[in-house]
Amino acid sequence: MFHIHCAGLCSSASVLVICCKQSFYYSFSYSYTGLPLALPRGENMDGGGGSRENVTAGGAYTEELHVLAVDDSLVDRKLVERLLKNSSCKVTTAENGLRALEYLGLGDEKRTSLEDNVSKVNLIITDYCMPGMTGYELLKKIKESSILKEIPVVIMSSENIPTRINKCLEEGAQMFMLKPLKQSDVVKLRCNLMNCRS
Amino acid sequence: MEVGQMQRAWVEYTKSLFREGFLDAQFQQLQLLQDESNPDFVAEVVSLFFEDSERLLTDLTSALEQQNIDFKKVDAHVHQFKGSSSSIGALRVKNDCIAFRNFCEEQNIEGCLRCLQQLKQDYYLVKSKLEALIRLEQQIVAACGTIPMEELSS
Repeated sequence: MFHIHCAGLCSSASVLVICCKQSFYYSFSYSYTGLPLALPRGENMDGGGGSRENVTAGGAYTEELHVLAVDDSLVDRKLVERLLKNSSCKVTTAENGLRALEYLGLGDEKRTSLEDNVSKVNLIITDYCMPGMTGYELLKKIKESSILKEIPVVIMSSENIPTRINKCLEEGAQMFMLKPLKQSDVVKLRCNLMNCRS
Repeated sequence: MEVGQMQRAWVEYTKSLFREGFLDAQFQQLQLLQDESNPDFVAEVVSLFFEDSERLLTDLTSALEQQNIDFKKVDAHVHQFKGSSSSIGALRVKNDCIAFRNFCEEQNIEGCLRCLQQLKQDYYLVKSKLEALIRLEQQIVAACGTIPMEELSS
């Protein structure tokens, strides 16, 4: 059984997050094995209501993340979906902010109780530049919602603009990722999520 | 052609596409995402790229034919094209888009029209090359061969 030991990777990922807050972005590359990240037994992972835990032969727990990916580009939706699925994530895609909010239960009818969809989504990853509602506006709506605000939101953009990055991080974005996305970015992402939860 | 020959041809052709700047490392990322459980991933993404691109080229042509050109709209289309070409690793097309956006910002009609021409040329070129590459891959797979991705790093 091959496990990726996250300790080393996570410390690099923490540096990455700090760097983001200081408005520059470094690209790290990690070797990617295509296997789900295995977590040491006993680690308390709060994945939100519906996350599944699988015990592997080595006694380690793997957690399946359910990710909602939002992007107006069909090519990018396909790419991010494949990247996330290759990292053992369950993926739902949405082509714009409105559809994303509808899926999350924040459509026109406001709901007061937890939607099934909400409790299952562990992460939202959204493009910044979208017609209509931008990724930033979507981020704000999510963080303003009492039911959704705990869900980490990652912003993606093809443009490396420090003011844009800072704006998103200040609004509560978990992470900012530069497009085009690669496998190493998804590894970074999972590490960042785990690091922030522990 | 027997499988070994086809595989060698595939390696040579792919390397030439990188060498000549048609494709960049992002295309290799797409290839890495293709495996037995997703054997058509590259072909599928590339096909989406073609559909998207053709629509964008039509929209761009039409936008630049208007009496009063809406440069913001033109820029928005080019931005989209830049994004999708970057995501699949179509380097020349991406670079053409970058140059195009500069002319949009300057509201330079002549520059934009020249860029559109260049963009069309490079797009159709990379399209035919990607189609040829994918056909070759399909022939290899049909002959029960495997795509020798590891040979690209040699």
